Amino acid sequence: MTLLKNGEIVEDTWRNLADDEDISGEESIIVSLDRWQNEPDKFNGRNGALGIRLESHQKPDAIADDVERFDLIALDFPVLPDGRAFSHGRLLRERYGFKGELRAVGKVIQDQLYFMQRCGFDAVELSEGEDVAKSIAALNAFTVAYQPAADDIIPAYKTRHDA
Amino acid sequence: MYQYDQTDHTLTRERVTEYRDQVSRRLDGNISEDDFRPLRLKNGLYMQLHAYMLRVGIPYGMMSSDQLRMLAYIGRKYDKGYGHFTTRQNLQYNWPTLEDTPDILENLASVEMNAIQTSGNVNRNVTSDPLAGVAPDELEDPRPYAEIIRQFLTLHPEFSWLPRKFKVAITGAEDDRAAINVHDIGLKLLKNEAGETGFRVLVGGGLGRSPFIGKVIREFLPKDDLIRYIQAILRVYNMEGRRDNMFKARIKILVHELGIEKFASLVEEEFQASEEDVLFLGQAEEDRIKAFFAAPDYADLSDDSPEVIEMSSGNEAFAQWLERNVLAHKQAGYSIVNLSLKPLGGVPGDITSDQMDAVAGLADTFSFGQIRATHRQNLVLADVAKKDLPSLWQELVDLNLATPNLDRISDIICCPGMDYCSLATARSIPIAKRLSERFADLDTLLNIGEIRLNISGCINACGHHHVGHIGILGVEKNGEEFYQITLGGSSSEDADIGQIIGPAFSSEDIIDAVEKLVGIYISNREDDERFLDTYRRLGKAVFKEALYDAA
Repeated sequence: MTLLKNGEIVEDTWRNLADDEDISGEESIIVSLDRWQNEPDKFNGRNGALGIRLESHQKPDAIADDVERFDLIALDFPVLPDGRAFSHGRLLRERYGFKGELRAVGKVIQDQLYFMQRCGFDAVELSEGEDVAKSIAALNAFTVAYQPAADDIIPAYKTRHDA
Repeated sequence: MYQYDQTDHTLTRERVTEYRDQVSRRLDGNISEDDFRPLRLKNGLYMQLHAYMLRVGIPYGMMSSDQLRMLAYIGRKYDKGYGHFTTRQNLQYNWPTLEDTPDILENLASVEMNAIQTSGNVNRNVTSDPLAGVAPDELEDPRPYAEIIRQFLTLHPEFSWLPRKFKVAITGAEDDRAAINVHDIGLKLLKNEAGETGFRVLVGGGLGRSPFIGKVIREFLPKDDLIRYIQAILRVYNMEGRRDNMFKARIKILVHELGIEKFASLVEEEFQASEEDVLFLGQAEEDRIKAFFAAPDYADLSDDSPEVIEMSSGNEAFAQWLERNVLAHKQAGYSIVNLSLKPLGGVPGDITSDQMDAVAGLADTFSFGQIRATHRQNLVLADVAKKDLPSLWQELVDLNLATPNLDRISDIICCPGMDYCSLATARSIPIAKRLSERFADLDTLLNIGEIRLNISGCINACGHHHVGHIGILGVEKNGEEFYQITLGGSSSEDADIGQIIGPAFSSEDIIDAVEKLVGIYISNREDDERFLDTYRRLGKAVFKEALYDAA
């Protein structure tokens, strides 16, 4: 598995925690929404970075009030056609103000990366077999856009009339 | 019509580059067919029964003569010398190879065309009134708004993996020629009491296995809220639409299951929460786009044309064509001319490359170089001076594009059916051909009056049988083709889903059955009542009894 962050290969320092695993320790862990909702107080005062993972049917409003508690939010793309997390990513960035790492996990191929980036994802776990160089290049597949999203690309309807 | 600027060109070419790489990965085996399928679909490429099919987008049906010439060229070079106009104002090629498709898209890009999002679970071509800008019953030209929506929904990063396909149609006229009631979103331009322009917004209409008429979600949406409101609908759909069953994934099912009130409240909540300033197009951009749709440079002409009067008096064929295929124009001295792609015994919507080239030439000579494709699979030259009608007619006769059957029983909407389509359960084209031959006699055809007859070769309803005044659905039973008849449907402002009239007919008997239905109508009609109105007045039982008892 290759992890890209902001267009560069980086080492993954996070670990997905199973729901029955102990949360003590100082490693960077990613927990499920269930775990978080069932025992949120247990995470108070924990040393070590905390991340949460949402399945594609779990809407981000479930953690809207908690986003500042997380250093990382991982959104799952279980299969290629399931595009719910594109909306979830935008909501986390644009509506709930999440500033940490937003990571796409699951089925992640180079052809989705440009759109993921536009929807606020700064990190992607590439699926097995994806060409890393091509994937990095795909982040810049388009240089113009017709609509605003979670990135800083200005839509054509604005750029056309900027003085 | 709209012309690309640097941004439009850049985006289209970058899309071709991306697609070329995807195809080469497929050919090299570096991407599985499972992963490649949605990518090619989003670029208009289907795998059909015998070959690939490439669908080219024609935004709201508008083409320049140069674009039509390019479509002719592609048909000749990469296909078998023809193309097929669809019910959503697009054109499809039935025989391209995968290897050629990147070059086809590059050719299209050179004339400001593409195949972006003509298939797949994305926002499809925004369709509109083929008579936009020229129809006398129009309140305001819908094309600028169609273009605004087209751009907003093209390569939308959030909505490129929707639960299912998504179709928007918009009209600005009283007479709905864009079928807005049977679209995922239907928009009708109107003005409020303060005289401000806005839209009535319908949502959740559609055909297929579960047909629904769209429901009003907003009685009046101010025009400045257009893209923001569309984003809200699509976001709710993207997050809430069913992903567990592709047959229940269209927005119509979500609207149906939640109820329109609940769905509307979710959309309203999302709309209110979204950022108004960012999703506001701005007057400068709206004006820029509107300028492309300004009326052409009409000459100062009279509606009385001696050329037309003279030709009509001595030539019955011309008079019939004039009466049937030529419509009133809002500009004095001009007419709207329909080119029938439903010749006797022909395949509805098919056109050869030679015909395309010739029509492009006629558009240059007679209609300011523009051509429109219609929802009913015909073409329109929208701005023809009346004095030119005799010369144009003669050319159209020579091209076999002057069959005077607009909105008559042989003006059939027909899907490709089992002759091409991998989903079809029955053939539809041979039925269309035989019906057209059965009603070949022009006097009979014209006497029957307006009938919309639509044929689908399977339950997916690409031939819109649910909304035909007479609908025919091909089904398969024990390896044999049967045809089920629905009556009373309409996709216009009086939209309704047709009712199944009774047991299906064999391929052999279906033509007689339709003729019988027409006979029942003729013997019961009052004055110049349409088939649809007679059916709605008398009800299903009368037609059913007469159709089956006498059988």
